[in-house]
Amino acid sequence: MSEIAVRADNVSKLYRIGARRDPRTFRETLTDLMTFRRQQRNAEERDLWALRDISFEVKRGEAIGIIGQNGAGKSTMLKILSRITEPTSGRIELRGRVSSLLEVGTGFHPELTGRENIALNGAILGMTRAEIRQRFDEIVAFAEVERFIDTPVKYYSSGMYMRLAFAVAAHLEPEILVVDEVLAVGDAAFQSKCLRKMNDVASHGRTVLFVSHNMPAVKTLCHSAVWLMNGKVVDSGDSTSMVTRYLQHSSSRAGREDVVQLIAGLPPDPVFRLDAIRLLQRDNETTNVLNGEPLDIEIRFTVFSTTLGLHVYFQLLDLEEVVILESIHNGSVDQAPRVEAGQWIARARIPADFLAARPYQLLLRAGIADVRSLLREPIRLTFDVQQSGVVNRAFPGYQTPGRIAPLLEWQVTRSAE
Amino acid sequence: MSSETDALLIIEPSPAWRTVDLGEVWRYRELLYFFVWRDVKVRYKQTVLGISWAIIQPLFAMIVFAFFFGRVAKLPSDGIPYPLFTYAGLLPWTFFANGLGTGSQSVLSNANLVTKVYFPRLLVPISAILTGIVDFALALLMLAPLLIWKHTMPAAESLFFVPLSIGIAFLFVFGLSTWLSAMVVRYRDIRHVVPFVIQIWMFATPIVYPLSFIPQKWRWAVSLNPMVPVVEAFRSSIFGRPVEVGGLLYALVVSLVLIVTGSIYFRRLERLFADVM
Repeated sequence: MSEIAVRADNVSKLYRIGARRDPRTFRETLTDLMTFRRQQRNAEERDLWALRDISFEVKRGEAIGIIGQNGAGKSTMLKILSRITEPTSGRIELRGRVSSLLEVGTGFHPELTGRENIALNGAILGMTRAEIRQRFDEIVAFAEVERFIDTPVKYYSSGMYMRLAFAVAAHLEPEILVVDEVLAVGDAAFQSKCLRKMNDVASHGRTVLFVSHNMPAVKTLCHSAVWLMNGKVVDSGDSTSMVTRYLQHSSSRAGREDVVQLIAGLPPDPVFRLDAIRLLQRDNETTNVLNGEPLDIEIRFTVFSTTLGLHVYFQLLDLEEVVILESIHNGSVDQAPRVEAGQWIARARIPADFLAARPYQLLLRAGIADVRSLLREPIRLTFDVQQSGVVNRAFPGYQTPGRIAPLLEWQVTRSAE
Repeated sequence: MSSETDALLIIEPSPAWRTVDLGEVWRYRELLYFFVWRDVKVRYKQTVLGISWAIIQPLFAMIVFAFFFGRVAKLPSDGIPYPLFTYAGLLPWTFFANGLGTGSQSVLSNANLVTKVYFPRLLVPISAILTGIVDFALALLMLAPLLIWKHTMPAAESLFFVPLSIGIAFLFVFGLSTWLSAMVVRYRDIRHVVPFVIQIWMFATPIVYPLSFIPQKWRWAVSLNPMVPVVEAFRSSIFGRPVEVGGLLYALVVSLVLIVTGSIYFRRLERLFADVM
């Protein structure tokens, strides 16, 4: 038995993008053939290497994280490992029974009951009928849906649905598990349950390839990590140091210029246009925020037609992607907010003496409640906060370990003894 | 489990032209069973009338055809009561037409699976067509009361051709679906052409009229359509008439050619499914 469970050898994946639209219509192909336009089209095409010469090895029983920004090639790697798409060149060897999870609940059908979906989903994920029967009770117990097991899943709450879907996946017993960040679902309690289960899997001698944005999860679950950027391996090694380096690198990006460019390049939407997002202190734009002064987050946007339920909101995160707070621009309105057509400036104020002296990320999103999201991906803005507010001079250089540092009101009185 | 411990899976670019890995399809037979099971369940769950749909569909077509073509247009029916005559023709035809409709769309309509999990992609069109067998079987049961009503009894020895002709219809529609289901992923507009073709095809096949209705000198041209011998053989065997085996053989050969070429085409395109969908 070999010690290496997964060996990727110079794996590359080429996508052709450009003028040619895929999927094409049959009519276009016919006219192309007749008018010799094919060659001309080829000239307009552009090659995009989603992955370029990726090599790595994973030892049996090891958990490895694949990290990187959006577009770094993580999901392409995942698709190749799951055999959903083929590499253009290179070779991967996997020794052992492989299961891959790109999402939970693949193939779930709303009309089928919980019981039926367990059987179907189990089969899709590669369990045999005998295995499904054998683990059925365990799956139901894990998902906590005993009472509804014969109800069609379309009547399930989204929490129940996710729990059931994850439960099936969690009871796969592969030797090699390829998994996407399916953990980013459900409430906090369920997320930690999933993480524990994943940890179990990893500590039972199975090999895990974990593709994720969730840096704390990568650190806890994985021994080592491969860091991808623009389709190439930047480096690989011990997961803690890889994550730290990756976070340092990504915080230097997503600065002001990137955001301006990103906003300019957003695809047009018939209802909404994001015009700008700026950080202001004393009405001046800044990326170097002082925590002793209030910070205004200014969002400028245009609404083309009066819309019910439109809202713009942001999340404040630290570099480990932990959400510290979320705020909605019309969150204090009682009824469903109605946003009139026109140009708007929304400013949210984070008070002075609230942020800690550390880097933060701002994730801006917009949507129409219960209808759709208005930004395909959140706009990410990274900024640094410097200490300037109240500070105890007796401990220079002391940094709070807290993710925020609000100045709390202390009442210190002598107790009457 | 231990026998699989040393299973070695190699992922690398596959050759552009390759045939079907039948061993792999066989290993995934349980999944095939689950796909069919899912489609059957869902199909009858979503409707108020449930299973009776399988019977209502050809039955209503029979009533409509019997009225317009039998009564109004007075089309001949080889001496068989006209409603029975069309119903017996509609049975293999409905199986074929539904199979072609769902089979050709199958890869696209299972995009959520194809882009998320690996399995031999050919299972998708196969299961889509197999699902139609259930409908067919139910509609076939309905034939019994109709036969009793019209005092017609099939000859036992010719009933052998019932499964045979349906088997050939299955192979034929499977061959077409391997071509079409892969093509639809690439050329989406084909999707809109298929229902239209099915409609025309039905009238080009002797279902509401007998083959003898076609003038002798054109009969060879009409018989190029492999569904002609299939429908004729099915109907002849129900009514105990001689079956023309040569036509069935022709349909079988056409089907096999379609299956072989179609699955090579399918395998060539399946590498792109996830990238295109």
